[in-house]
Amino acid sequence: MQEQEETPTFSEESLISVTVNGHIYERNAPVRMLLSDFLRHELHLTGTHVGCEHGVCGCCTVLLNGEAVRSCLMLAVQADGMALTTIEGMAGTNSELHPIQQAFQEKHGLQCGFCTSGMIISVHAMLHENPNPTEEEIRHELSGNLCRCTGYQNIVEAVKLAAERLRAGAAFNAPKEVE
Amino acid sequence: MATRWFGASVQRSEDPRLLRGKGNYVDDIDLPGTLHAAVLRSPHARARIAGIDTAAARELSGVHLVITAADLGEVLEPSPLLVPHPALTHPRTQLPLALNEVRYVGEAVAYVVADDRYIAEDALELIDVEYEPLPVVHNLDVASSSMSGTITGTATTENAPLVHAGVPGNIAAHLVQIVGDPDSIFATAPHTMRETVNMERGAAMPMECRGIVARWESFEGMLTCWISTQAPIPIRNGLAAIFHLPEHKVRVVAPDVGGGFGTKIMMFYPEEILTPLAAIRLGRPVKWIEDRRENFISSNQERGQLHEIEYAFDDQGLLLAVRDTFLHDTGAYTPYGIIVPIITACSLPGPYRLKHYYSDFTVLYTNKVPVSPYRGAGRPHAVFVMERIMDRIAGELRIDRCEVRSRNFIQPDEFPWDVGLVYQDGGPTTYDSGNYQAGLDKLKVLLDYDNFPKTQAEARQQGRYLGIGVGYYVEGTSIGPYEGANVRVESDGRVFAATGVTSQGQSHATTFAQIVADQLGIHPRDVLLTEGDSQSFNWGAGTYASRAATVAGSALHLAAVKVREKTRKVAAELFEAAPEDIEIAGGNVYVKDAPHRALTLGQVAISANPLRYAYGENARKLMSMKLAGPRSGPALPSERGAPGLEATEFYSPPHASFASGVHGAIIEVDPKTGMVSFVKYAAVHDCGRVINPMVVEGQVHGGVAQGIGGAFYERLVFNEEGQLINASFMDYLLPTSAEIPPIAVDHVETPSPLSPLGMKGAGEAGVIPVPALFASAIDDALSPFGMRVLEMPLHPCKIYELLQASQNV
Amino acid sequence: MKPPRFGYCAPGMLDEALALLEQHGEDAKILAGGQSLIPLLNMRLAGPAYIIDINHISELNYIEAEEGYLAVGATVRHRQVERSSLVKEKHPLLVEVVQHIGHMQIRNRGTIVGSIAHADPAAELPALLTCLVGEVVAQSIHGERVIKAGEFFTGYLSTSLNPEEMLTEVRFPWITPQSGWAFMELARRSGDYALVGAVAVLTPTLDDHCMSAHVAYLGISGNPVRAREVEDSIIGTTLDEQTLEHAAEIARTFVSDDMEDVHATVDYRRALTAEITKRVVRAAWARRKAMK
Repeated sequence: MQEQEETPTFSEESLISVTVNGHIYERNAPVRMLLSDFLRHELHLTGTHVGCEHGVCGCCTVLLNGEAVRSCLMLAVQADGMALTTIEGMAGTNSELHPIQQAFQEKHGLQCGFCTSGMIISVHAMLHENPNPTEEEIRHELSGNLCRCTGYQNIVEAVKLAAERLRAGAAFNAPKEVE
Repeated sequence: MATRWFGASVQRSEDPRLLRGKGNYVDDIDLPGTLHAAVLRSPHARARIAGIDTAAARELSGVHLVITAADLGEVLEPSPLLVPHPALTHPRTQLPLALNEVRYVGEAVAYVVADDRYIAEDALELIDVEYEPLPVVHNLDVASSSMSGTITGTATTENAPLVHAGVPGNIAAHLVQIVGDPDSIFATAPHTMRETVNMERGAAMPMECRGIVARWESFEGMLTCWISTQAPIPIRNGLAAIFHLPEHKVRVVAPDVGGGFGTKIMMFYPEEILTPLAAIRLGRPVKWIEDRRENFISSNQERGQLHEIEYAFDDQGLLLAVRDTFLHDTGAYTPYGIIVPIITACSLPGPYRLKHYYSDFTVLYTNKVPVSPYRGAGRPHAVFVMERIMDRIAGELRIDRCEVRSRNFIQPDEFPWDVGLVYQDGGPTTYDSGNYQAGLDKLKVLLDYDNFPKTQAEARQQGRYLGIGVGYYVEGTSIGPYEGANVRVESDGRVFAATGVTSQGQSHATTFAQIVADQLGIHPRDVLLTEGDSQSFNWGAGTYASRAATVAGSALHLAAVKVREKTRKVAAELFEAAPEDIEIAGGNVYVKDAPHRALTLGQVAISANPLRYAYGENARKLMSMKLAGPRSGPALPSERGAPGLEATEFYSPPHASFASGVHGAIIEVDPKTGMVSFVKYAAVHDCGRVINPMVVEGQVHGGVAQGIGGAFYERLVFNEEGQLINASFMDYLLPTSAEIPPIAVDHVETPSPLSPLGMKGAGEAGVIPVPALFASAIDDALSPFGMRVLEMPLHPCKIYELLQASQNV
Repeated sequence: MKPPRFGYCAPGMLDEALALLEQHGEDAKILAGGQSLIPLLNMRLAGPAYIIDINHISELNYIEAEEGYLAVGATVRHRQVERSSLVKEKHPLLVEVVQHIGHMQIRNRGTIVGSIAHADPAAELPALLTCLVGEVVAQSIHGERVIKAGEFFTGYLSTSLNPEEMLTEVRFPWITPQSGWAFMELARRSGDYALVGAVAVLTPTLDDHCMSAHVAYLGISGNPVRAREVEDSIIGTTLDEQTLEHAAEIARTFVSDDMEDVHATVDYRRALTAEITKRVVRAAWARRKAMK
């Protein structure tokens, strides 16, 4: 008789091991818990914000293995074994501002601050892929992050400034990221 | 004295923590033992509630509380009516939970508290409500259909369904205001016209939805609420009354708030009563966070009005008289009185000399989300109407549109200018200062207006349709009743300042610090501003109506001036000099010409507080300086007043001050698709003297983006059952960075004589003229087709339809 | 807006997933990118008892050039296709279409096959597959079924997939080197679902007439639509303006009478369809490479 392979079973809770900003976290979580809620309420990393929970506003954007994703459109359990970067991981080891954050300050690229975390993460991803974007490219690439306060103008200026400085090799000590 | 910080674009002190994700918004607050709430909302716009069965919900594991109206006891009271008015003859406000009848999709019917929000939402699905749907008043046509002679022209003999049983004709209010003698002007005017203008609902849509955390500490008898609100102090007062607590036993804090735009100023949203109630009953903190779907169906909306206008003008294009009869959609309740239509009525004359004006509005109930102010608060409607009038006059007489406006402007030497109406604050609508022609001149430069006809003609030869549009507004700002501030120098030389308004992104922590820093010779970063906490400052109204900078800013200024005077007096005693000879700069206090013998501001503060026990290095230094000899009499003489360097002051404006501005845009329309893109956008604004130009420009940018959204992208679409059919961000279209153009900004500055620093408000400005200029530009671009836009918002399908209609004529 | 309860499983092998589907297919949903499914869960518009997460099935992650078509496995993200040098070189139309899907954050998670399986008629990939007369591969524990695009899409969000089946591959036929192609959509905002969209592939004859034409639309009906009559009206012509006008008028008739929504009346959609037909056909024809 053939040996019966154990088929995987369905569960409603799962043990998740996820690396966020270089730290490894292990938690039990309900399988239906959204990644956004997991980050905010299980890990108390409240810098990532929730604006719509249907994947349009971009406030919840985080980096998943270096790619910008909407954390409200992922189950926490799907992040098991992965490396995330949230806004809390952008500043340096001594909490100095990342060049993108610095540029946002100088160009007044935020007002209420609610979209800012997701916006900065998206900018980070965008500049990594395209270090010298035109204004049109910036506006197109950031169209997945809504802002209700700034009218986007100063955000675009901040991105241009950040891009310029990053191209010039702005020095910065990022926190160690676990591969 | 020369100001160093007022007028400077100081970088924000809010930024370092917000940029790092260290903000503290309501949902970030995590108290031990917190339970989570969810609200069951009516799926019907109008229905009788035959019964509610909550048994299954209550039995669900993890559920702690399920309440309906029947469980509310004496809390089952309609919310207070904010801003009553004699014309509001049939006000209605909402109960915390619906009793017997629901009047809009989204109305709160039951409230659940559970271990987490997921379980709470599971419990909602287990609540069984038996509804008996009733006929729905889904728009103004239906609401008004039993009004005889209704302006919609659909007078019927059928009675309209009633949103409220005791409100005949669904009429909440009716107000007529007359300036001059319009009838006689219409009788003899060379030209008269009549048009109907329709404006549809939109919503504020801040990125952060509403929310509240409530905690009841029974051992202290203390209720603390953190609320994403624009008006924590009035809410504190209201909660104290509702729960029979002394005011000092209730603390309401507005933490970091992710945008408000008017929709977060209410008293009460039901959840703001139900959540404290649940916290008290359960003895555990309770958190309720609105999700976006709820935001679409339960956060207040605005912008629905229908105007029938008549206007008279002469051959020179001078506007002689206007009659404006309009219907205002207030939704199912009137929580905010009739502020919005009053503002519409008062804002209509705009920057023009209008001496004969008949304004008649009727406020109607509909089975929709209640209406309260949303950025602009009735002004976009008024500006739309008046600017359409100006454009039509120009078109009829073949005079340039800007030229017609210039001919009608109130001139700089005609201020103060009395419009002749009573404004939303009960005071006169009297413009304090302005220079409208200067604004228009600057705009024309930014747009290269005079060369545009050539550009337009060349484009038309290529089969492209470009148009230019202009929109002028005058905005009443900085209304009372008052705001206050407390300023206090601390012993380390930093300055504590507190006020009752609160910020949702307006940068108060920075701008208010600039005002205080100017008086006390320190850097703004050394001013620690607390706002929005009823425990830190007990009095105030809130952030709305473009008033916080002027009113709270003035109070801070007055308090800082008092502290400065006191500092000089105390220092004068210490240095045995005259107060006039004392200088305060760079954090130091000294006799002029003797800066080497200075005390720090902190040391003076310590000296001003005659404690028996002194602490620290500063105190030791003061002792060793042997300043002033032995004294006779009390340590704190009565003429000194209070110890320390502290003052509390209030500012109550005599009436509103009137900011103004003009925006313009060049657009391109594709007549085949109705799609529109911006070629250029420019904004010139006058908000009097400006604390921080960078902040004001940012506000203008943001307002313009919301204005563009409200002109061309955002429309709330209801069906005949009163259902909002586009209740998500997929179909309610907020403009993204790709849709908003770069915005060129210029300024005119006509200080207000009404307040100590000459400021006027700026918060709402950006949004106000956008629909008007957009319509103006569309008409201009499509003038070969005889286009005349009389509605807002527009969208490509609508532009296509208007084109079809105009070509068929 | 939190998802309802469900059982979750993330099998590592395709066989395991198929076994689970056999048992629970009626009550289960496949989770790949999640960009369409999770909003539905959050809004509680979908409430499956089981979610089968296929993201760990590594054997499903491939992009391969086969004879006659490009094969894309079920867990390939939009972004992988966008960046693939193979696809950029050999199937640039697919890259162009994928770049129109949502925003980068969506494309980083969303999958090619997932978009096909979701069958939203306003989505780009179903229209492309229809235009190219592509195929999908459906698997169950009983075996494999290859389904042509024309038979796969059966209506709004509906496909001919059986409950115990899942899509494991989509096949995009190659375009001949001399063919011109174009994709366009008209949308309200950057990244929105299109009001209407069209994709065209035109092949020239030796004497530069249109030899064959494939024209398909999104957003005009419950299914993606391949408009044969539009194609027939341009075959044999030189695509002069009169032909294009005629083709545009025919295109209008393909817009279903029920295609009215918040953003567009049927009449307006027809006008857009006519206009986009001209633009996309013109653009595709301009891209053709003359035969030697």
